[in-house]
Amino acid sequence: MDAILQPLETFFGPVWPVVWALVKIVAVLAPLLLGVAYMTYFERKVIGAIQLRVGPNRVGPLGLLQPIADALKLLFKEVIIPSGANKGLFIIGPILAIAPSLAGWAVIPFFADQDGNNRLVVADINAGLLYLIAVVSIEVYGVIIAGWASNSKYAFLGAMRATAQMVSYEVSLGFALICVLLISSSLNLTDIVIQQGQGRFADMGLGFLSWNWLPLLPMFVIYFVSGLAETNRAPFDVVEGESEIVAGHMVEYSGMAFALFFLAEYANMILVSVMTSILFLGGWLSPVGFLQDGMIWLFLKAVFFLFVFLWVRATFPRFRYDHVMRLGWKVFVPITLVWVVVVAVWMMSPLSIWK
Amino acid sequence: MEFSTFVFYFFAAVLVVAGLRVITARNPVHAALFLVLAFFSAGGIWLLLSAEFLAITLVMVYVGAVMVLFLFVVMMLDIDFARLREGFWKYLPLGAVIGALLAIEMGLVLMKGFGGKEVAAAAATITNVTEPIECSNNICELGRVLYTEYAYPFELAALVLLVAMVAAVSLTLRRRSGKYAEKYISPEAQIAARSEDRMILVKMASEKEEPEEPAAGAQPGKAGQ
Repeated sequence: MDAILQPLETFFGPVWPVVWALVKIVAVLAPLLLGVAYMTYFERKVIGAIQLRVGPNRVGPLGLLQPIADALKLLFKEVIIPSGANKGLFIIGPILAIAPSLAGWAVIPFFADQDGNNRLVVADINAGLLYLIAVVSIEVYGVIIAGWASNSKYAFLGAMRATAQMVSYEVSLGFALICVLLISSSLNLTDIVIQQGQGRFADMGLGFLSWNWLPLLPMFVIYFVSGLAETNRAPFDVVEGESEIVAGHMVEYSGMAFALFFLAEYANMILVSVMTSILFLGGWLSPVGFLQDGMIWLFLKAVFFLFVFLWVRATFPRFRYDHVMRLGWKVFVPITLVWVVVVAVWMMSPLSIWK
Repeated sequence: MEFSTFVFYFFAAVLVVAGLRVITARNPVHAALFLVLAFFSAGGIWLLLSAEFLAITLVMVYVGAVMVLFLFVVMMLDIDFARLREGFWKYLPLGAVIGALLAIEMGLVLMKGFGGKEVAAAAATITNVTEPIECSNNICELGRVLYTEYAYPFELAALVLLVAMVAAVSLTLRRRSGKYAEKYISPEAQIAARSEDRMILVKMASEKEEPEEPAAGAQPGKAGQ
């Protein structure tokens, strides 16, 4: 690796850090965007199977070229700007929707050794978890700005719902993350994963029992459900609510501007799935001792959660709006608040398993 | 010029322009969004000072929560722009005096700080007093100082926040009274409602037994019985 990089470094000279950072960013984002495209295919196939349909099967073998065809169609469609819209903000809206969902990937680690070497991550920063909370919390701006700038009642109602819902579920999301950082006593995501690979069960070769999901089971569930709400996916998709407010903030958008909202939603889904795998399911650690750790495990865990996203969507009807608020504030926030205290006391007690 | 100097001037310029636009923008929604930009730039400058915890918290709390709710309110208001600018010249002298006062006060505080020596000395005493816990990063350092040196002020601040929170809830919580009293439906009762509470299903024969008539003949409806 060094043998290849050395001549490149001398060739680029002082701009090398910038070039190298760009290379890393492209190496993460290109597979991500491809994953987003095929996530739509996966979704249609899975939901088709659940509903005893075939799903897309016309374009290419098994319909595999369907996402490409969809992307081409959206690219060639006209972006219509409504006459009453606030033009600048109308264009900024979708950009602000997709930017945070891509920015979050800067701190996602993909692999590291047991002793913390060979870290495969774009930016290995100490405050990684905090950065992710901040990025997740600004995701809502795209929706708000799009809803307001469209100058349409339905879009505006969607924006209002999105604001209330995302701010509410951020609270329980944040508390669930506080539990994780309490027991790993680090905000660095790589360290959080490495910490999960240590302990009695990991020494016995049963690594999957030493991951965070077991001691933090309620937080694990709440984190994932809050993640569903943060990404505005079913059954929390009151923001879009086709039957009530058409498509919420997206109603006035067309063509690629509309597609950006979709890309953002799917990129967020993948981000939440990967985050859940990293924080609660040991990231790239293998579940049993006789199999090697590797990036493939992170991939498999993320795919499992993505499947759950789709499974939930095909299974549950949409929540009523006041039920969404009630679940967030009256169920999740109290449970997470109590659990933070429980974990803190547990850590200081002689029964602590994280020494 | 070093690269970080360039970055500082870039963020500072954006911050100043955004700050100016907050008070000069005609549309309040635009003003609120410029405030968001100002917070972001301030966060960037703090990051340059390697105060990453403060920078990210600024973005998280102010951009992610406070400004979202602010926008929520501003967007819903139907603001009459003409009336908003009506008394500009009347209020200008008072506003200018208050602004000048604030600037002088900030100057008095900061002039000391720019000396640099006293702050550094204060920081040195703090690290000497507390027990040396190995800290590799900014967040650990901050947590150590907060929970040892400044434990009481920190708890006091937390208590003030709690009181403010309880006050906000109790101020806005209202039960409907008077002629609207009967319109109030408790959401709890609404959610707890089951279909059995609303509808009673009564089991009964699908047809009524009719009194036997002498000349019944062949009635089609009774064929099945």
